[in-house]
Amino acid sequence: MSSAQIIDPYDITASSNNLGRRRRIQKLVSLLAILSAAFAVALLALVLGTVLFKGLSQIDTAFFTKPAALFGEKGGIADALIGSALIVGMAMIMAVPIAILVAIYIAEYAGPKAASFFRVMLDVLNGVPAIIVGIFIYGLLVVGKGQSAIYGAMALAILMIPMVARATQEILELVPRHLREASLALGVPRWRTVYSIVLPTAIGGILTGVVIAVARVAGETAPLLFTSSITQNQISFNVDEALPTLPVRIFTLSESPSPDDQAAAWAAALVLIAFVLAMNIMAKVIANRKRKSLEGG
Amino acid sequence: MSTVTPDPLAPAPIDRQGIRLGDVLFKGIAFVAAVGVTAVLGLLTYEVFSLAWPAIEEFRLSFIWTQGWNPNSNVYGALVFIYGTIVTSVIALLLATPLSIAIALFLTEIAPGRVAAPIATMVELLAAIPSVVLGLWGILVFGPWVANHLEPFLNTWFGFLPIFSGDPSQAGILPAALVLTIMIIPITSAICRELFSRVPRDLSDGSLALGSTRWEAIRRVAIPYAAPGISAAVLLGLGRAFGEAIAVTQVIGSGNTINESLFPPGDTLGSRIASSYIGASTAIEAQSLLYLAAILLVISLVTNVSAQAIVNRFQKARRMSTG
Repeated sequence: MSSAQIIDPYDITASSNNLGRRRRIQKLVSLLAILSAAFAVALLALVLGTVLFKGLSQIDTAFFTKPAALFGEKGGIADALIGSALIVGMAMIMAVPIAILVAIYIAEYAGPKAASFFRVMLDVLNGVPAIIVGIFIYGLLVVGKGQSAIYGAMALAILMIPMVARATQEILELVPRHLREASLALGVPRWRTVYSIVLPTAIGGILTGVVIAVARVAGETAPLLFTSSITQNQISFNVDEALPTLPVRIFTLSESPSPDDQAAAWAAALVLIAFVLAMNIMAKVIANRKRKSLEGG
Repeated sequence: MSTVTPDPLAPAPIDRQGIRLGDVLFKGIAFVAAVGVTAVLGLLTYEVFSLAWPAIEEFRLSFIWTQGWNPNSNVYGALVFIYGTIVTSVIALLLATPLSIAIALFLTEIAPGRVAAPIATMVELLAAIPSVVLGLWGILVFGPWVANHLEPFLNTWFGFLPIFSGDPSQAGILPAALVLTIMIIPITSAICRELFSRVPRDLSDGSLALGSTRWEAIRRVAIPYAAPGISAAVLLGLGRAFGEAIAVTQVIGSGNTINESLFPPGDTLGSRIASSYIGASTAIEAQSLLYLAAILLVISLVTNVSAQAIVNRFQKARRMSTG
């Protein structure tokens, strides 16, 4: 190795001497990047494919209409579907109005300091692990009063609020200023401007945020373990007691050594993943449509 | 009755009081909502610590470096779980960060638009898979594959390293770390993609015009430009990995000891809390579980707030340099 081969990396005339090597590195890096992306896509295909393959054979109408199996017989997920729908529905009713109000405060009323304070608070709340939110509701309400679907919904609502609020606030800030100014200039009070001009303009983005948040909390297990997991596995609409849910059902079945239980877990996972993916695709469609209508108008 | 006909040219009567009342009310309600959400965060922290307080008073800080979890002899310590949390998350991050950067580079620099968009969507969908489903796949498909193929392979070729020594196991630290890797790739790669797409075109064009290859432009211009953002992305991924409880519980196998090898079962803070949801046998065990929760909460808050701080500083510096 002679000293002449040491190249100043910033001296382009010198490094062009080994252009071949530099091109090879470029090709190698491109190849690695392509492989990485292919790897991620393959992972998705692998997980989805396995769930589809193992779950599909188990699914028939009885699977949707019968509650969980008691002993040995083949069970369904009707009870868990009802529980999940009720709990996620209640969580949505609790979280969405609050989240939109928080977003309106940040985007329409708060000064720059207050706005950035509340934004940070929402992000911090968003970073609190789901299991801690479950423990919080457990300590606050479940200890002493027992588990209930309402408490489960409250835990999910705490997870939903920062997601929906941040998405809404970002969309509200994209609403053109001149729309607000035109409305205010016509003498419309601020709250009416927000209610009948800003919110309708932003509705697509808000819906996207809500749909994505619903998809995420519908698959959450950790907050429900402490708030709505010790259940009867019977079809019930009583939200004052703990109700079975799809994620908790998958969690308990997955830990069972019985092949029947594992088969049921795959089928339940297929139903959950189909719902979650459908919600995500719906969010994409709403977002695209919104963008098109903005571009068209 | 005919006198009521209003003059169309007269200015409409303005009810100033009514307008102000509506605005004050609306602003007030929105403000209460914002403060309420902040209060929930405070209440949550207070509640976790107050529930854990008896255990905190009993074991003090030595809980953090005590090993063992034995309800019969009343020995409770967090060390095994803190170790498990850090080891699984750090391995996940070491694997996920280069992969995420590579995926982001592929999507922003290499792939043409019509290829990049669907692939970006698919990587995003990876994040949409519920953790319980990933855990189910982990326990029934991935864990056995790790035990039958990956771990024997690592043991044969790298067995001289203590971390790859010992017998393969279906449930353990290694499969947990790998499942976490899958969970954080979509998060970090989405942020990295956003960062790379914001690198000013003239900077990378300038580098290319001076004769550098695309990779050299990326390494010397795009990556340094995005570096603070990448570190924030890494911290956000770390926060996610620390807090993940369900999928980890399903694949980590609930171990009570610290091992040199990554193969045997372990436990993380989150997975230990999740797996004992059915109920603790004694009050002090329940309080010790909450002590674990308090530690997890502090770690997550610190990681997330640091990520925020990096992002904010980065944006401020950017504003000052451009404005």
